[in-house]
Amino acid sequence: MATKKFKCKVCGYVHEGNEAPEKCPLCGAPKSEFEEIVEKKGLDTGSNVYTIVYAAVMVVIVAFLLVFVSSTLKARQDANVVNDTKKQILTSLNMRNVSDVAATYDKYIKADMLMQADGTLAEYDGEFNTSYSTEFKEGNLHVFEADVDGQRKFIIPMNGQGLWGAIWGYVALDADRTTVNGIYFSHASETPGLGAEIKESVKFQESFQGKMVVDNGEVGLKVVKAGKADKNSPFQVDGVTGATMTSNGVDAMINKVLSAYIPFLTGQCGKEGECSGDCEKHHNVE
Amino acid sequence: MANKNNEALKQPIWVNNPVVVQILGICSALAVTSQLKPAIVMGLSVTIIVAMSNVIISLLRNTIPNRIRIIVQLVVVAALVTIVSEILKAFAYDVSVQLSVYIGLIITNCILMGRLEAFAMQNGPWESFLDGIGNGLGYAAILVVVAFVRELFGSGKLLGFQVVPQWCYDHGYLNNGFMIMAPMALILVGCVIWIHRSINKDLQEK
Repeated sequence: MATKKFKCKVCGYVHEGNEAPEKCPLCGAPKSEFEEIVEKKGLDTGSNVYTIVYAAVMVVIVAFLLVFVSSTLKARQDANVVNDTKKQILTSLNMRNVSDVAATYDKYIKADMLMQADGTLAEYDGEFNTSYSTEFKEGNLHVFEADVDGQRKFIIPMNGQGLWGAIWGYVALDADRTTVNGIYFSHASETPGLGAEIKESVKFQESFQGKMVVDNGEVGLKVVKAGKADKNSPFQVDGVTGATMTSNGVDAMINKVLSAYIPFLTGQCGKEGECSGDCEKHHNVE
Repeated sequence: MANKNNEALKQPIWVNNPVVVQILGICSALAVTSQLKPAIVMGLSVTIIVAMSNVIISLLRNTIPNRIRIIVQLVVVAALVTIVSEILKAFAYDVSVQLSVYIGLIITNCILMGRLEAFAMQNGPWESFLDGIGNGLGYAAILVVVAFVRELFGSGKLLGFQVVPQWCYDHGYLNNGFMIMAPMALILVGCVIWIHRSINKDLQEK
């Protein structure tokens, strides 16, 4: 490495030696036109070995970093998801903007139950669940029992498909198991301003209040095209303007999920003597 | 030097705007601009991520093997976005729900790759940081303009608040549903480019 390299600025000729030549042999430029080429110090960043080692080290560092971040934050994130799920359940009971979610949830939600094949409820003894679409697929039909100022409510988690992705919601029913007390919808990726209104629009969610779910032993509650709902019908709700596909998704979700709950919805109202709803009027107890 | 830094910060906001001049980040400009709020959030997140990844790449620029530089850039951006998203999920859950898909969209935002490749690979960390901030703000500015028009005429609202009074609707005014659709965003970006070019005449192609 004793020899230095000199490059002619005029023609690009490279001369090797300890000093620049007096005259360029190619173009005849004087010595002053030559400049020394300073080799970069350190590693050759173009070599194969360097490239492979660099990539390997980078991957290992990034992997460790991600694992570290993910594992340290996991507990907090899970707690947030549980909290958010509880918040959504409370929203279906028309409790919006609750500040202390955990305490409010414990105050109002009395039990997390599973519907049995005959429509009765049995205590669910697992951990609080945050993915009700998986639970639904596995046949674990959750029903939350709530006690709001002495009145019994049942909350059913729903899940389905919107236009772009998953949609889900919670419907709170009165003790008669058919009158909608409140409803909440959310979504993963519906269009802001259109489909996303199922979550954002309180007006849309409130339009379900007082509607009936069960019609003659089947799910009667329907979301129809915006503006087409029959005002006198206890079963029809207007969809979101301009979001027909998402509204159809909501309708399909209600139908799919609540159909599975029909044995519970048309069953007797809980234990004898406890019923506060006007059962005979609302469903067909045989 | 101070002048050059100034340029790095100010150029991309107007004269060399990433969206209307470099035509980068159009896809996300269509996706998030139907309302003002997500547009602002997206604009700010991109600003922060571009600035941070610019700095990291700029620090590493002399060690990065030339042949895998795009991969290295991509890994840095993806790792950064993932970490930010994890942190948001843990400490600001509401914000992360708000951002939902957009945070993932940042990784694929062409502005990031464009600036890393064109600027951070050749310049020092501080200039790169300013360049990132400048480009992010330039991007945010276009998003806000487009989202303002789309939300105002598409839903009669701004930041979710009703601004078109009820009596307009009573007298037959209707929200323009087309404004909410993605094609309208493209048309609006086109209009912004048109205005921008007619002010900056030297940008007009012959």
